[in-house]
Amino acid sequence: MTDFFGIPLPALLGQLLLGLVNGSFYAMLSLGLAVIFGMLNIINFAHGALYMMGAFLAWIGLETLGLNYWTMLLVAPLVVGVLGILIERLLLQWLYKLDHLYGLLLTFGITLVVEGLFRSFYGVSGQPYPVPDALLGATNLGFMVLPNYRAWVVAASLVVCLAVWALIEKTSLGATLRAGTENPRLVQAFGINVPLMITLTYAGGVALAAFAGVLAAPVLQVSPLMGSNLIIVVFAVVVIGGMGSILGSILTGLGLGVIEGLTKVFYPEASNTVVFAIMAVVLLIRPAGLFGKEK
Amino acid sequence: MKSHAMKRVALAAVAACGFGGAAHAQVSGDVVKIGIITDLSGLYADIDGTGGVEAVKMAVADMKGQVAGKKIEVIFADHQNKADVAASKAREWFDTQGVDMLLGGTNSATNLAMAKVAAEKKKPFISIGAGTARLTNEDCTPYTIHYAYDTVALANGTGGAVVKAGGKSWFFLTADYAFGQSLQSDTTAVVQKNGGQVLGSVRHPLSASDFSSFLLQAQSSKAQILGLANAGGDTINAIKAANEFGVTKTMKLAGLLMFINDIHSLGLNLTQGMYMTDSWYWNQSPEARAWARRFFEKMKRMPSSLQAADYSAAMHYLKAVEATKSDDADKVMAEMKKAPVNDFYAKGTIRSDGRGVHDMFLLQVKSPKESTEPWDYFKVVAKIPGDEAFTKLADSKCPLVKK
Repeated sequence: MTDFFGIPLPALLGQLLLGLVNGSFYAMLSLGLAVIFGMLNIINFAHGALYMMGAFLAWIGLETLGLNYWTMLLVAPLVVGVLGILIERLLLQWLYKLDHLYGLLLTFGITLVVEGLFRSFYGVSGQPYPVPDALLGATNLGFMVLPNYRAWVVAASLVVCLAVWALIEKTSLGATLRAGTENPRLVQAFGINVPLMITLTYAGGVALAAFAGVLAAPVLQVSPLMGSNLIIVVFAVVVIGGMGSILGSILTGLGLGVIEGLTKVFYPEASNTVVFAIMAVVLLIRPAGLFGKEK
Repeated sequence: MKSHAMKRVALAAVAACGFGGAAHAQVSGDVVKIGIITDLSGLYADIDGTGGVEAVKMAVADMKGQVAGKKIEVIFADHQNKADVAASKAREWFDTQGVDMLLGGTNSATNLAMAKVAAEKKKPFISIGAGTARLTNEDCTPYTIHYAYDTVALANGTGGAVVKAGGKSWFFLTADYAFGQSLQSDTTAVVQKNGGQVLGSVRHPLSASDFSSFLLQAQSSKAQILGLANAGGDTINAIKAANEFGVTKTMKLAGLLMFINDIHSLGLNLTQGMYMTDSWYWNQSPEARAWARRFFEKMKRMPSSLQAADYSAAMHYLKAVEATKSDDADKVMAEMKKAPVNDFYAKGTIRSDGRGVHDMFLLQVKSPKESTEPWDYFKVVAKIPGDEAFTKLADSKCPLVKK
């Protein structure tokens, strides 16, 4: 029989696929964190709150303005991106020369304020967001029935992740960005506006979070607490992958999603902690993370 | 310099003690003070929270702000779901604010902690939102009343009635902590007693972000009923995923601890056909509807069973104060256990172990077509008489019960 440690193979394949779906969210969020850390040296704790905001904007757009899912998939990241510009220009830019801790505290404060505001306006039970009509239904893959929406989540996040990676690693704009983080004064001497570049990087990073939020809205209840539930795991993903490593965070995100999925089958009680156990081991063996470089 | 600072601290401490004592002596005679400690900002804030505080204020308003010729005051605080915060707030209120009766909102751990403080200070404590049956068993005190419901009643309601309605085989999706496990074991016992069987269970971590994997395991069990032994956001996300993966086509869901706010937030499309047990539903009688409308005017949403119980419990206490013309804890407790509860919330009694006994209701969620107005969410499938719903007095583990 095609059994694998007592689990039928089709069931196992199904669980692997589900792990990949969750991994897509980890990948997208940790990618944004990694980009922001790489360019700004800021540990952006507000990432979870901005992800939650993306989901809420999708819901608000649908409920009050009648804007559908596809429109909000573009609009929500733009709105959050603009908010990111404000946060960076008004607050973060004063902290670059200080210890990481200050950036962490500031963004943690932003998280508390944003979550508190949403909680007082919308309560904590959360709001339902329907799956868009075009993606309703499910496809029978033989070994499992996969809801079409989940397939779309994997596809969309992979495309976005790869596009961001290509933009940073393979284009001349990306080369300038990377150079700007290595030696901002030299790059500025070439006539390139480094502060502007940094602002836009932050905006882009948080826009990714909002994009992930809109993707998550039909899967999870849109609730003010949805960001803080996820962000700790995402931080662990970034630490495992290596702070600032783009490709590292994408691969680690997907990989950990799959490992978590397997844990849910073999020992469900540990599925929330397995990521942190891996983090501890990785930190012992490779303190800079799997894909990180020692500085 | 240092000793100077220390002197100042000592002086301040002495002054604080003096004021505290003075306030206590001044307040206790002229005012009947009700304190409410509940979750005002976290995951249970919608089912009790500010709505619960408002319900108590409605009771005070209905008494015209006076009882036994004295003014009634209401104060409230957020316990943030932390037992230590709840206990220290309760202690502070009893010691310095002259609180005469404490209402405990949601969260079992905070209520167990508050019950201990209230017993030590010999003040009445009425628990509304806690699920744990320990409050009237191992941890019962002469000053604790458990007013609305407990996990035993929920298990008897949902477990018993669903099996009788034909849901013979069960699979549990259980939150992996004390509350989830006791909910599962209580319900399992009831299901088996009624001739049903439990095919399996899966334990998920608290606040799991994704339930799809657990649901696939549930689906492959081929059970008829999926019992959700979890609460709040976990229940909501599990129901969402169950719909998405088509689990609801082959299994009926039974929420073991759900409130109308959960249904409201998910919508009828996702929840139709689900079973749950509750102590009260706003549309169950004309009196209930009349009160619910008043609540809706203030809060812009329909009351949950807990918010109705907040009103009812505050009223029951105030009537006892009125009857005894006293806020003495022992006299009022005796009166509350003697006088029947008879209002729009419930018709019942308070037993010697502190258990409030009244009918419970097995509810089934309507389909969107059956629902004729906003918040019209449930059909009352069965009424479970109080004696059958709650632990029998003879079986109570409370040492106060004379056997």
